[in-house]
Amino acid sequence: MEPILIAEAAINGILLGGVLALLALGLNLIFGVVDIIWIAYVELVMLGMYAVYWLLIIAPILSSPPVNQLLATGGLLFFLQSFATFLWATDHRSLRLALPILEVFGMFLSFARLLAFAVSLLAMLGLYLFLTRTYMGTAIRAVSQDREAMALMGADARKVYLVTSGIGGAMAGLAGALLIIQYSVHPHFGAAFGPLTFMICVLGGLGNMFGAVVASLLMSEVISVGGIITSTEMAYVVAFVIFIVAIFVRPEGILGKRE
Amino acid sequence: MLELQGVTAGYGEFTALWDVTLTVNAGEAVAVVGPNGAGKTTLMRVISGLVPIRTGDLRLDGRSFAGRRAHEIVAHGIAHVPEGRRIFPRLTVEENLKMGGFLPASRRHYAETVGRVYDLFPVLAERRRQRAGTLSGGEQQMLAIGRALMSKPKLILLDEPSLGLAPVMVLRLFELIRRVRQEGYTILIVEQNVRQVLSLVDRAYLLEVGRIKVEGRSADLAEQDFVRKAYVGI
Repeated sequence: MEPILIAEAAINGILLGGVLALLALGLNLIFGVVDIIWIAYVELVMLGMYAVYWLLIIAPILSSPPVNQLLATGGLLFFLQSFATFLWATDHRSLRLALPILEVFGMFLSFARLLAFAVSLLAMLGLYLFLTRTYMGTAIRAVSQDREAMALMGADARKVYLVTSGIGGAMAGLAGALLIIQYSVHPHFGAAFGPLTFMICVLGGLGNMFGAVVASLLMSEVISVGGIITSTEMAYVVAFVIFIVAIFVRPEGILGKRE
Repeated sequence: MLELQGVTAGYGEFTALWDVTLTVNAGEAVAVVGPNGAGKTTLMRVISGLVPIRTGDLRLDGRSFAGRRAHEIVAHGIAHVPEGRRIFPRLTVEENLKMGGFLPASRRHYAETVGRVYDLFPVLAERRRQRAGTLSGGEQQMLAIGRALMSKPKLILLDEPSLGLAPVMVLRLFELIRRVRQEGYTILIVEQNVRQVLSLVDRAYLLEVGRIKVEGRSADLAEQDFVRKAYVGI
C-alpha cells in the first residue's frame, strides 16, 4: 500500500467527518432538547439531497428544502422512504456536476469534498455562535438541562422545540445538500447514514456537541482509511466493533461525563 | 396582587390542595408553613402555572390566570425560585442570569438589572464566568434568587430556599432575603425554618394535608403554638 494513498484516504476521512459532524450535531441537538429518539432524522438528509436534486435539475418548483414542514411524527421514516420511492423510483441519481479534482503533493482531492467540508465548518461555527451568543440559543441549551426551570424563565417550550427541530432539520438538509455533490441519492440513502449518525451521537456522548465532532472524525477516518487498506465493507465492520467496544468501556460516550 | 380562591389541584388521581384561599397584597411578605407533604410546593407550582388548577380561580391584579401556562404567568410579574434551586448547571453564572431575563421586556433592561443583582450578591459577579454547577449550595441559591430578579418581577415565590444549606449559610440567606424585601419586592415564601421565617414576614398561612388551617399576622402566630403545629402537624 502506498503511503500517499493512505494520506489521501486520511484527508478524505477528515473531509467526510466534517459533513458527518454536521449531521451528528443536528441529531444531538434534537436528542438533547426535544428528548425524543428521532429515528427518521436521517431521512431528512435524503430529502435534502432530493431537494437539491430537484432544485438544480428537475425543476425549480421548490423554493426551499421542504424539511421544516416535515418535523412532526416519529413514523415518518417509512412514509418518507415509500414516498420517495413513489416520487423518484428506486434509481440512483447523481448531480453529475463537473467539479474539478485538485492535485496536492501528489494526492488527488475532490474539490466537491473540500467545498462540503468548508461549508460544514462554517455551519458548525454558525451553530456554535448561535448556541452561545443568542438568547434563543442559550435557552436551547438551558432546556436540555432543565426544561421546567426554563418555562419558569418565560420560555414557551413548544417554541423552543420548534426552533430546535428546525435547526436540527436544517443541519440534516444541509448535510444532504453537501453529500449529493459527492454521492448519488436513492430513497434508502437514510439507511446508509442513519445507523452511522446514531452511532456517532452515542459514541460522542448523547447531547455532547464536542464529543459528536470528535466521534464523527474518528468514525470517518476508520471508514476512509480502513476502506483503502481492506474494503469498505470491512471498514464498516471495524467501525461497528470499535463502537461496541467503546460502549462497553465507556457507556456514557468517549467524551461523556459520568453524572 | 395575588388571590387564590377555592383552589383545588393535584397530580393525576391524587389531590394535593383542597379549597385553598390565599391572598398576597402588594408590598407584603407572606409565608406558607406546614409539615412535609402538606402541599406547600404544589401550592407554589399552581401559582406559577406548572400545575393546573382543577377548580377555583387564580387572580393576578384582579385578572383571572386560571389555566394559563408557566411562561405566560412569568410575563405577568411572578418569578418562581423553585425547590432545589434548579439552576442550569452547565451554563455559566452570567448565562443563568441572562436566562432569568429571557422575556423580551426584560432583555432591554439587562445591563441595569444584572448590575443590581451583582450589587445584591457580589459573589455572583466574581464567579460570573464559572459554570453554575461548580458553585456552593449557598451560592447556587443566591443565583436562583438573582435569576428570578432578572425578570423584574412584582412577586417572588421562594420555595424552601434554606433547604440543604449549612446553618451558618441559612442565617446569611435570611439576611439576603430581608434585603431583597427592602428593595420593595413582594414575597411569598415556603419555609421549614418556621421561627426564622416568621421574623421575616408580615403574615403566614399554615397548610396541613392540602388545606389552610390557620392564617394570621406573624407576630400573633409566633406567640401561639403555631410553630409546634407547623412542624408536627397536629
